[in-house]
Order: sequence, then structure tokens, then C-alpha cells
Amino acid sequence: MSAAIEAADAPENPVEVRPGLIRAKVLRQPQTIVGLTVLALFILVAVLSPVLAPDPREQVGPVFDPPSRDYVLGTDGGGADMVSLLIAGARVSLIVGFAAAVVSAFIGGAIGLLSGFFGGKLDTILMRFTDYVIVIPDVPLMIVAAALFGRSLTNIILIIGVIYWTTTARLVRAQVKSVRERVYVKRARSLGAGNVRLIGKHVLPQVAPLLIANTVLLIAYAIFAETFITFLGLGDPSLISWGRLIENAFTDDALLNEAWWAIIPPGVCVAIVVLACTMVGQSMEDSLNPRLSTGHLSVRRFGLRPVPKREP
Amino acid sequence: MSEAGSVNGAPLLEVENLVVRYPLPRGLIGTLRRWPRAHVHAVEGVSFSLRQGEMLALVGESGCGKTTTAQTVLRLLEPDDGRIRFRGEDISRLPPRRLRSLRRRMQIIYQDPYESLDPRFRVRDTVEEPLVIHGLGSKVERRADVLRALEQAGLTPPDLFLDRYPHQLSGGQRQRVAIAASLVLDPDVLVADEPVSMLDVSVRAGVLAILSELRGQGLGILMITHDLSTAARFADRIAVMYLGRIVEEGPADEIIQNAQHPYTRALLSVVPQRDPRARSTPQILRGETPNSVRIPPGCRFHPRCPMAIEECKAVDPQLARPKAATSDSHLAACIRV
Amino acid sequence: MSLLTVSDLHVWFGLPNGGELHAVRGIDFSVEPGERFGLVGESGCGKTSAILALMGLLPPNAIVAGEVLLDRENILARGEESAEPHRWRDIAMVFQGAMNAFNPVQTIGAQIVEPMELHDFAEGSAALRRAQELLELVGIPGDRVSRYPHEFSGGMRQRAAIAMALACKPKVLLADEPTTALDVMVQAQILELLTNLANDFGLALVLVTHDLPVVAQVCERAAVMYAGIVAELGSVDRLFHDPRHPYTRLLFAATPDLYGADEVASIPGAPPRLDREPVGCPFEPRCDRAFSPCPTVTPRLLEVEAGHVAACHLNDPAVKAAS
Repeated sequence: MSAAIEAADAPENPVEVRPGLIRAKVLRQPQTIVGLTVLALFILVAVLSPVLAPDPREQVGPVFDPPSRDYVLGTDGGGADMVSLLIAGARVSLIVGFAAAVVSAFIGGAIGLLSGFFGGKLDTILMRFTDYVIVIPDVPLMIVAAALFGRSLTNIILIIGVIYWTTTARLVRAQVKSVRERVYVKRARSLGAGNVRLIGKHVLPQVAPLLIANTVLLIAYAIFAETFITFLGLGDPSLISWGRLIENAFTDDALLNEAWWAIIPPGVCVAIVVLACTMVGQSMEDSLNPRLSTGHLSVRRFGLRPVPKREP
Repeated sequence: MSEAGSVNGAPLLEVENLVVRYPLPRGLIGTLRRWPRAHVHAVEGVSFSLRQGEMLALVGESGCGKTTTAQTVLRLLEPDDGRIRFRGEDISRLPPRRLRSLRRRMQIIYQDPYESLDPRFRVRDTVEEPLVIHGLGSKVERRADVLRALEQAGLTPPDLFLDRYPHQLSGGQRQRVAIAASLVLDPDVLVADEPVSMLDVSVRAGVLAILSELRGQGLGILMITHDLSTAARFADRIAVMYLGRIVEEGPADEIIQNAQHPYTRALLSVVPQRDPRARSTPQILRGETPNSVRIPPGCRFHPRCPMAIEECKAVDPQLARPKAATSDSHLAACIRV
Repeated sequence: MSLLTVSDLHVWFGLPNGGELHAVRGIDFSVEPGERFGLVGESGCGKTSAILALMGLLPPNAIVAGEVLLDRENILARGEESAEPHRWRDIAMVFQGAMNAFNPVQTIGAQIVEPMELHDFAEGSAALRRAQELLELVGIPGDRVSRYPHEFSGGMRQRAAIAMALACKPKVLLADEPTTALDVMVQAQILELLTNLANDFGLALVLVTHDLPVVAQVCERAAVMYAGIVAELGSVDRLFHDPRHPYTRLLFAATPDLYGADEVASIPGAPPRLDREPVGCPFEPRCDRAFSPCPTVTPRLLEVEAGHVAACHLNDPAVKAAS
């Protein structure tokens, strides 16, 4: 997983952002459309969850009841409807995912921006700091932090956010460095524009789309991180999230009861959302940051056609 | 051939003995062992002046220091030594705060029309930006200034171009927008760094004509170019640079017809001409320009000079009027002329 | 029979939205051994696509039509199959920006040897010896064969690129903007090299460039391309002193000259879009001598004198009489 993050480091061939580009290139990709649709669906469910599943923990049947016509995914270890639990869990999982990703994007974006724009000593210091943070293994750190600082929702969001900003920082820094050298930025500077204007009007707009694409990818990681933090028992016990559902299933011995419907569905939900985020984020990044294509290196194959008739 | 026109106005820019050096990194071992730092001697004592209504072409091959000179004159780079005077005021050591008002009077146009404009800005935003940065004029006044600048740059009718994005414009049009953006502040000096080298041939003359016309409006134009033919046809004066020094300067016609310095003569002899029947005897110098880290002793051109004598290895010549010059302002740095 | 004869060459590029860009629209020219031929035009005129077609080095979305006879054999007849045997062995190319396209982690010698081994021309120590000879031929000391590209200056790398193209002793050398990024003195050295190679080895040189003066001084004959067609073709002397196509005349007029006395003038307008089939003469919107047939009737290449052709109605007495 981290290999995929590392590979997203430096823009090899960054595309210049201009109006209409996003609509034309990014949103037309089938990947993006599918991913966005799936995400939209889940977000809708999460937003409407108080309406769709007002009391998810209400016992509606026997413990670990298999799927039936009334309760499509059966019941969990407390006899509550799995579907309602999943809907309720979507809320927390998605909130944590989005919020943590935003925290990461903010920290990483700020560090990358300052580093890339000002360079020099500031750059060296910030990048050294980033390197140290990268080196710390994320999982143990999260476990330790969660154990130390308590298990509230805010803490979980902050912990995840503070771990995952490093790739964003590097990505933003590389992009900012490249944009800073563009002639129109130099021109604006030679006109007397101050740093604030240069960053706000010229640099940030070019960097923003890539940052957004990266943030979408971060959402995937954050949701996954939340899931296994909660699964390890470090999450907020009063909240329902998909990770919590999996944890409950294990502590309630779902396996012994062969109640696959209590374990698999939450995992599948996480997988689908992570996949959707990855699809959107990756295709956005590919459009904005195309890797060098190697199509032209393939065996020479050009088409032949008979000579068109000349006009009489 | 440049027009006689309104040359010899008041001097706008006076540069004296400008020196710009870049230190080369020494690496870890070099720093620990305290090796003496090597420098790239980009500009090694350059002096010239630019008058109102005059176009001075700074000509030379890559590495001669012409771009560094232009950027230092605009204070985009720091000089290591020497003086730069703008309208009589010494600006070589101006603090950043004062530099801002200077920026309004001296503008630069860059080589690459495809990267000069922010792709997210419409033409009107790009041309208006300088006014916004310096907080000049009301919205209405600014719009009028923008339209005027676009017209001056040859983009007519200007209304047609206001709302376009750079990707909807050709290379020549983009360069004109860049010119308009630099005119909107009503500058006194315009530095054009290879303004047409990335444009198609059929479009170049139009852009150069705009620059030419601006002289009539009192601007002084410093044009950096490697193309002697362009300098010959559009500039009033030409200064030829080699390894950080001006080796010859004078009125454009004089330099082209009566060059004295052996480097200038060699350069002119190898510039291809349009007429296939024009067969000059090309004086192809051997080797390439040495890098500006280790400059040859004595005359910096002597290793490649077809006229070099013993004395040239020891004497570093200053600019002086050559014996065969037909103009008082024709100077060459060679002891043999 | 010429060494290289190009007949009615067309190149189309498939566009992502489904349309086609007709980049080269039926061009003809021929080159003799030892001749220096220029292909001149501005950006988008199709000159680079044309010579890539000669090498068979077009991308998969390209479609080619026409004949390219190299020593009487049509190398385009069966596409890649017929082009491949001749590539680098009979016809070679120095690409635009070749001097920046060297592999930084291989020695220059290894990179010159590579085409020889790939095309079964030579191998091992024989190949290395030939690489040394080639470097000497292009004016680089032979012992540099074991150096890396970053140890060479721009001009020397360009020479090395030429050496690489000559590795398998081709008969035709295509050079795409070989001196565009170089200083004028280095340019003179490279052009002198190319001229000597053509003279001494009977190499047919096709020089592709936008730089008219270079063609005027180096080439014997040239074709001026515009919007995918040959506007005019003839000896460089006639092209300058008696241009028969307004584009040729205007292009020369737009080129500043060291010693010329006339006004340097732009050509207003821009070339036509190549994703649509043109109606009439492609240059008509920008032409200063356009008259009634020009917007609707496509001019044919007419011979105005021996060895000099132009695609302009002004040369056609029949059309002029009818209008």
C-alpha cells in the first residue's frame, strides 16, 4: 500500500491546469464516473442514516439470525438488524475518513507549499522533519497514540490525519517547485507581485487539483485505518462504525456461530468505498499527472491506406 | 537596417562595470576540506547605456552572460559589483521596498510565449494584473488602460481578445499579450529576452515591429538575442558579448558592415544569409566557447582567435575606438584593432 | 533513377475524438546520391511527419499512403514489414533534439555500437573500432568513445548523434532541425560536417528545418511545405531569385537578413486546420496575390521551368485566362 503512495511522489509530466480541463479530461473518464457514483450513494446513505436506521441497535430478532426476507443480512451478536447497523456505521466511517483526509491534506499541503515555494533552509528543515515522520511505522504509532490519548472520535481523526500527510507534502512540494519556475510566475514576480499573491493566484490554483486527487486517495486510507483501529478495540465504544461491527462480530464469536453475515458485509462495505475512492483519486491523478506513456515504444505499427484519388 | 528615428534621447539606463558571479557548490568533501570556492563568472565587467527611444541589442552565444546581464539590470538578480543607474538614480543596492516602484518603470518580456501567461487567467486578467498589484486606478480606469495596452501591442480589436484564454491564442498573439501586460504600467525600459525565437518566422516580424514602434513612444528597449540578423534589422545599437564581457559595440549598421573585433567578424561570417548566391567566406572557429568558470588569462578570446599574438595572452583589452571605425561610438576590445 | 523518390505521400493521424488529422497531403520529391536537399516549412506544415514516414517511425495512430522508393524498392509497400529491413541500414535519421536523447548511463561508444549490433552490421570489438572511426569522422577524438554523454558539450553530442545515425553506413541521412538549439558558430560547424559527409561519401542528405537561410546556404534543392503540401520545389537559387509561390516569396521576405535592405514583413493570419479537408488553395486566406479561382480550386503542382515546380494558379495560364 505504501509503495503505491511513494510512487505518487514527483509529477513527471504535470499538466497545466486551465479552465475546462477538469471537465474535459478528468470527469469524462469512466473510472471517475463510476467511482463518484458509488461514493455519492454511500454519502447519501450516511447523510440519511438517522432516517433510514433510527435505532440500529434495536433488537429485532434472535442473536446471529441468518439472512431472511425481513432482514436481508440477518442479525448480529445482539440481535440487531445488520443492514441498519451498516447504514449507521457508514456515517462514522465516512466522517472519519473524510475528516482525517482533510486534516492530512491540510498539514501536508501547507508543509509542501511552504517547502516548495520558499526552498532553502526552510525546505531542508521541513523535508528532514517529513522524512523522520515517514520513517515511523504507521500502525504501531496509531496503536500507541490511540491507547495513550483516548478513544474519542476527534482523537481518532487527528491520529490518522497526523500520520498520513507525508506523501501529500512531498507531492505538493514537487508540484509547487515546478510551478514556481514557470515563466508566468516569474513574470508576476518581476511585476512586483508579493508572495501572497503569487501563491494565492498563480501557484495554488495549479496545485489544487492534484491536491484534491491526492486527498481522495487519502480518504481511502483513512477509512481503512479507522476500520482496523476500531477493530483492534481502540475506537470509541459508543459509536457504530464498520470497524466496530467487525470487532463486535469477533468478540461475540460470530465465527463459532458461522455467522458470516455479521463479519463479511462490513468488510465488503469498506472495500467498496476504498475502491471507489481509489478509482476517482487515481484517475484524477493520472489525468493531471500523466506518467510517461510507453505506447510509442511498442512494435512499430502504422496503418496503410491506398492513395486517395486526386481531384480531376 | 534600423530607422534613424528618435534615438539619442536622455540616458535611461547606465550600467558600469557590472559583475555577477554564481558560486558553485563544493559538495561535502569540498566544504570540509575548505577548498576554494569556484565561481561561474557570468558577467565580468559590463558597461553600457540605453537611451530613450533606442533599441540596444545584446548579442552573443549561449553562456556569454547576456541574459544574466538583463536580469541583473532589472534587479531580478543581485550584482556582485558595479553600478546600475536608472534615470540617474543608483539602483544597484536598492532595498526590496524601493524596488517595487522600480518594477513599474522597467519591464521584461520572456522568450517562451507558451509559458508566459497563466493558463487560468483570461487575457484581460493578465494584462490588468500589473495594475492590480500596484493598486492603480479604479476598475473603469483599469479597463481603459488594458484596452489601450492591447491596441499598442497590436491586438485589434482589443475587445475581441479580452475574454480569451491563452490556449485559445497562437504563439504570436500570446507574446503580444505579454507585451501588452508590460506596457500597461507605462514603463520607461523594456527588456525583451529572445522575444521571437520561439515563434514561427512568418510571425516574428510583426512582434518585432511592435517593439520597434515603441521606441517612437520614448521607450528604451534592451533586446537579448542570439540572432544577429534580427539585431541587424531592428536594433539601433548592437553590443556583442563573449564570456561575460562586451567585446564590441556600436551603431547597428556600423557593426554589421564594419565589424572590427575578430569574434564579431567570425560570427558575422557564419550567419547564413537568405540569398543562396551570397557566399561569404565563413570563418568557422574551432572548438566551443570555454565554460565561464575558468576564463583564459589575458584576452578571453585569444585561444580561439585567428589574429592572436603573444601579447594577447597577457593583456586583457579594454573597449576602445578601433582605428578603422567610422563612428565615434564604435568600440572594440582588441589590441590589434 | 534517383536514390530516394517519394511519390504522393500522405500521412493521417487518428484523433481521440474520432476524426483524422491529414498532416501530409500528397507530397513528391526525389533526392540523388550526394545531394543536399532541404525540406523547409514552419511549425505544423508536416515536414517532420513526412520524414518520420520515410523511416516508418510513425505512432500506431498514424496511417500512411503513397510510395517511398529507396533504390527502387518501395519501403512502405507492406508497412513495418517492408520498412524495418532498411531502417538505419539504408536510411537513417538524426532526430530533433537528438543531442539530449542520449542514455545518460551508457557510454557514447556503447550507444553508437547499439544500432550496429541490432541491425547485424558489426559486433564486439569490430563494432567498437568502427564507433571510434565514426567519432573521428564527425570531428570528435576517438578516445572519447568510452566517455559518458554528460562529458560532452551540446555541439559534440549533436556530432555523436550524427555518428550514431551513420553507424550502419546508410545511403540517405534525414536530419530534423539538426542545428536549431545550437549557437551559430556550432551550427556552422555541424552544417560544414553534414556538407562534407554528403560530398565525401555520396550520402544523400535531407535537411528538415524552418530556418530558410540555413537551407539557402547548405542545400542545393529544396521543397517549401505549407499545410501538408509542397508549395514550391526547385533549386535554392531559383526559390530565392524567382519564387513562383507567394508563400515562398513572403517567407523569404519575413526572414531578416544581415545585409538586406528591405522591410521585414510578417505574413498575416495562420495556417489552416488540418483536421478538415481544405477547399481551394490552403494559402489563399493569407495570400497577397489571391484571385478568383483560389478559394475554390485547389492548385496543382505545375512545372514553371526545368526542375522547378509550384502549386499556384498564378503559374497557370489556362486558369488565369478563364478568370
